[in-house]
Amino acid sequence: MFPSEQNCWFVRKVIYWRAAASIAWAVLLLPPFTAAFVLFSRFSLFHPIQTLSECLAFLTSASAIFSLILLSGVMVILGFLNLEYYTVVPTIACSKIELLGQLLHPRQLANSLICCIMGVIVAWCCAITTGSRYDTLGSMCPQSDGDTSQMCLNEYHLILLLGGAFVGLSHSLLGVIHNMNYVSFNTVQQYKYLCVKGSLTTVVKCSATQALYSVRSFIIVYFFFGYIPKAWICKTLSLQLDNSVHPLDSIAGLFNLSLVYHLWISASFLLSTWHFTLLLFRIYVTEVYNFPVQSSFTEDVQQCLPKVLSEKQPVILKFMALQDLALLSQHSPSRRCEVFSLSQPGGHPHNWNAISGECLSLLTELNQRLVSYHDSVATNGRAKSLSTASERKTSSETSVTSGAEDPMSPRPTLLLKTPVSVFARTVTGTPKSPLTAPFTPDLDSPFTSPTLRRLTTPAEQCSPWSGTLQSPHVMRRGVKLWSTPTDPQVNGSPSSSPTSVPSPKVQPSKPSLLSQFLLNRREQVKGFLAKRVLIMYLFNKLPEASSQALFADSQAHIWALEGLSCLVQASFSEDQFGVVQTTLPSILSCMLTLQEAVDRHFKLPHASSKPVRSSSSMEDSTHKTLRFALRATLKTAIYRITTTFRDHLKAVQLSPEHQKRLQQFLEYKE
Amino acid sequence: MCSLALFPPPLPAGQTTLCESNNELLSRTSIDDPQNPLSLYFPRESLKLHCRTESSSKAAFLDHSETLWMRSAWLSVTCGCILALLQKVSSFHGSLFPHLALSSDNMIAEFSQVLNWSDCVVRAFAWHPHTDKFAVALMDDSIKIYNPKSATTPTLKHRLQRNVAAVQWKPLCASALAVACQNCLLVWHVDPCSLSTRPSSGCAQVLSHPGHSPVTSIAWSPSGSLLLSASPTDTAMMVWDVASESCVPLQRVGGGGVSFLSWSPDGSHVLASTPAALFRVWETRMWTCERWPCLKGRCQSGCWSPDGSRLLFSVQGEMVIYALTFTETPGNLQTNLQTAVVADLSETTFKTPDGEIVVGGEIQSLAWDPTGERLAVLLKGDPHATDRPAIIAVFKTRSRPIFELLPCGFVQGEAGAEARLMQFHPNFQHGALLTVCWSSGRITHVPFYFLSAGIPHCGLSGSPLLPRHQSRTTDNQSLFTEHTHEHFCSKNYVPTLFLFRSQKSTSFFGFPLFSNLHQIKV
Repeated sequence: MFPSEQNCWFVRKVIYWRAAASIAWAVLLLPPFTAAFVLFSRFSLFHPIQTLSECLAFLTSASAIFSLILLSGVMVILGFLNLEYYTVVPTIACSKIELLGQLLHPRQLANSLICCIMGVIVAWCCAITTGSRYDTLGSMCPQSDGDTSQMCLNEYHLILLLGGAFVGLSHSLLGVIHNMNYVSFNTVQQYKYLCVKGSLTTVVKCSATQALYSVRSFIIVYFFFGYIPKAWICKTLSLQLDNSVHPLDSIAGLFNLSLVYHLWISASFLLSTWHFTLLLFRIYVTEVYNFPVQSSFTEDVQQCLPKVLSEKQPVILKFMALQDLALLSQHSPSRRCEVFSLSQPGGHPHNWNAISGECLSLLTELNQRLVSYHDSVATNGRAKSLSTASERKTSSETSVTSGAEDPMSPRPTLLLKTPVSVFARTVTGTPKSPLTAPFTPDLDSPFTSPTLRRLTTPAEQCSPWSGTLQSPHVMRRGVKLWSTPTDPQVNGSPSSSPTSVPSPKVQPSKPSLLSQFLLNRREQVKGFLAKRVLIMYLFNKLPEASSQALFADSQAHIWALEGLSCLVQASFSEDQFGVVQTTLPSILSCMLTLQEAVDRHFKLPHASSKPVRSSSSMEDSTHKTLRFALRATLKTAIYRITTTFRDHLKAVQLSPEHQKRLQQFLEYKE
Repeated sequence: MCSLALFPPPLPAGQTTLCESNNELLSRTSIDDPQNPLSLYFPRESLKLHCRTESSSKAAFLDHSETLWMRSAWLSVTCGCILALLQKVSSFHGSLFPHLALSSDNMIAEFSQVLNWSDCVVRAFAWHPHTDKFAVALMDDSIKIYNPKSATTPTLKHRLQRNVAAVQWKPLCASALAVACQNCLLVWHVDPCSLSTRPSSGCAQVLSHPGHSPVTSIAWSPSGSLLLSASPTDTAMMVWDVASESCVPLQRVGGGGVSFLSWSPDGSHVLASTPAALFRVWETRMWTCERWPCLKGRCQSGCWSPDGSRLLFSVQGEMVIYALTFTETPGNLQTNLQTAVVADLSETTFKTPDGEIVVGGEIQSLAWDPTGERLAVLLKGDPHATDRPAIIAVFKTRSRPIFELLPCGFVQGEAGAEARLMQFHPNFQHGALLTVCWSSGRITHVPFYFLSAGIPHCGLSGSPLLPRHQSRTTDNQSLFTEHTHEHFCSKNYVPTLFLFRSQKSTSFFGFPLFSNLHQIKV
């Protein structure tokens, strides 16, 4: 975490307290979970009364209370982990290698280690609770040949502990893969109790299924590698192996239903308590926070909505502020009034200016991001089609492109002027073209991420060419292509001026022979590497990932759109000073431009038009569907404004193409 | 309180209601419909119906009491015991909620707002909230979309689109249409500019949740962001975020399911009635609900006033309309509620030239026009008695100084046709337009021409609501509006100017009714 984030009043006063409350509730609700676990682990079908009495006796014993205290400690540590690792903007890995990088990040390694240890602790508690043969690690050897002090290894205990470690580790790793630390905001506001009650059954169900899969994998792993920890433990603790009982890392030993049941029930207990903690944390942290719109005290000004909205860090604060804005614009007339009010001395609409300005800058930033992504993908498609057509002569690609022009023709400047859709379509033809795919300068690919990440920063003004120029195929046709970035009329986006690009790679306009040679060599090396299967596998882009990454923080944009449009709608009758009217043209043009960019994005071939159905699990799949939600919200927002103002909008100053677009909306033809 | 005895007598057979003008309902004898683009006729014979229904396929198999297991294994004894136990439990559950024993077809028919749904050619109908287009769901499980501005009428068919119980257009959107089907919920995206007459099933999003079928009622939030769906078998009502296809179940025990949903036009409340004698009113900010137990039966239908402050509902087994008033105390989200009987619809005998007609009885559905001036009530009648047909009674409503219903008249169709389904047009400029689907398969539109008494259009039309304190006027002004209102309502007043204007204006998609009106006058 950044130090600035910890110093922020919001994190100190709100987030920490919410996290503490969630941890407290998790600890308080631990005894019922444990009681249920005890009941299930000791359950015997034929002696129900005896089971009950045994359970009651155990629950009041000292060892039960000790394990409860241990488990509470685990819950607290887990709560701290949740607080430390949570994020409101998911990090989406675009290729396998990036995912691997995330998994091997030191921060993540520490997390995995802690989870592993805590898994062992929980499993130990489970072993104590289950009792009977799982109780201790060492036991008296049955065939005592005189030496009574000889201790043997209790493999049942060991397998339970190892199982706990495995499940804890897999929980941590799956958390990275499924973005478990991503905290999404609910579309429906409910009281916390009802939220928890509603999701409790899902938590238990998901934990049970995940435990089943984990136990299956663990049994396989133990079957093959179980002798290693067994031998190690025996050696370090000088325990003996009991030869009279079957070793458990054999088929007969593992095909023991009672053992598998106990492994599964312990894993379910572990996962359900951990998931429950996570659920509580999510619900507590995402609870709506009411920011005052304006305050008469100067010390509170820092905490007012317009001020808070404009802050960049911490991200959660910005998200909460936007959520509050969206809610106030829909539900609270009195707070809307404050937004539309004028400052007391001076009569300036500071509140509205700050709020609308911030929302608009958010939307413009998304728009620029989309445009630059689109341009990079479009040139990509060109590069791909050229290479594949020339080297593989696949008929499908040529047929796709030949409608526009000959893909073999070395006239890149002409190609650049062709409509985007042609490039876009060629990408479908070769989405995983083995030759070029790993090296395409896509957003977030490991090769170009620093360059393109810079592009996505709000202050971006640089051309998308800075990324594309690294493409080997562009380089090969060097002399012709070097001229393209300096040709402003060819450049797709008018806002980007290629000459201002700070990237040093773009600067040499006449490459020397040596550099040409080096470039060729590099390309050959890349081409050689690209043919290796493992590298292909690692560097291949995951489908949809780049699109998801592009819209990773779109929840903020959705709220901004909702808030803006609802405020504009309300201003029709509530805005007494006509504050909103002055910004109406910029709001409309911003939304219409964004609409165009989003439409273009969804016409890209790899952007599927419908969300994938997610299986019900603890994994929060909201980030996968954010782009669809954004598209729907954007359309609704524009319609909200057009249905409110109707023909009055004709008096708003807009560019001709925006007016045309707006007319479509007024006629309900979008 | 208004009762049916105050109504003008129904028309003699062969006469059909044409429109309301100058404060009276006009009628004419023949229904040789001129080429009105929007009054449609779906003859039953024209539809290719499914030859195989659920009951017929069941009849093809013999009922076998002795199974192989029964005869042989000891296992069957334990299984039989468990099954019997389960059966006992489910039958106990079923005795609490008898509707759970119904087949899904019958269940939809039972809880649908359409009268006699299973025998109805037009099974659902929905006006688009902003433009003049509508969707019609037919008996053959297809949906047709009519738009007077375009020549194409897209027909929507989908593998999962069976037994459509309700359709509704998404507000603040041109293309999305939600369809409540037997096993799932479909959201079609019909591009208004597309020339295709058969949009592919790829244009439809399928929303389903285990245990949530059949879906009998759906409701979009007026802001277009959320979709609610309800099933009589599921105690949870689903709040769908359609774009991401995710849902949040809102579960409340009691009632055995949710049968009917209605979202208030200002978006603040939702009526959710259950199959038991209980309904809930949800508040949509934090999604909490208030329970309203009824005495006699379940809440059959309900409708909201345009500003969302008043809910009218009817209860099965009772012949009255109740009103529930929400008065918001300033600065507090709590609502104070009062309920009162506002109309008595008990059976009344009218003498017509053809004999006596009994009108009245239980209520099938209620519809309130978007200006809040006309209330249409579909009365069930008695399908077995010829002198007690289903009929639509229309009330005038006014909210100031006190809320009351005034009689307007009955809407009748051609001889032998019963009203099955009705809906008001969401933004008719010259008053209210009631669309009625008849048992003959005909869809007609009955306009009510009047001048709205100064209540601002709100809710569905998209324009925002005035805060209550603004719409409240001073004593002088309210006296004045009261006066004008009376003025309009008095029988002698002839709004010639208004009629003239509506004739001259390009009017509502060239309704030929104006010319007919002339004929009548002449």
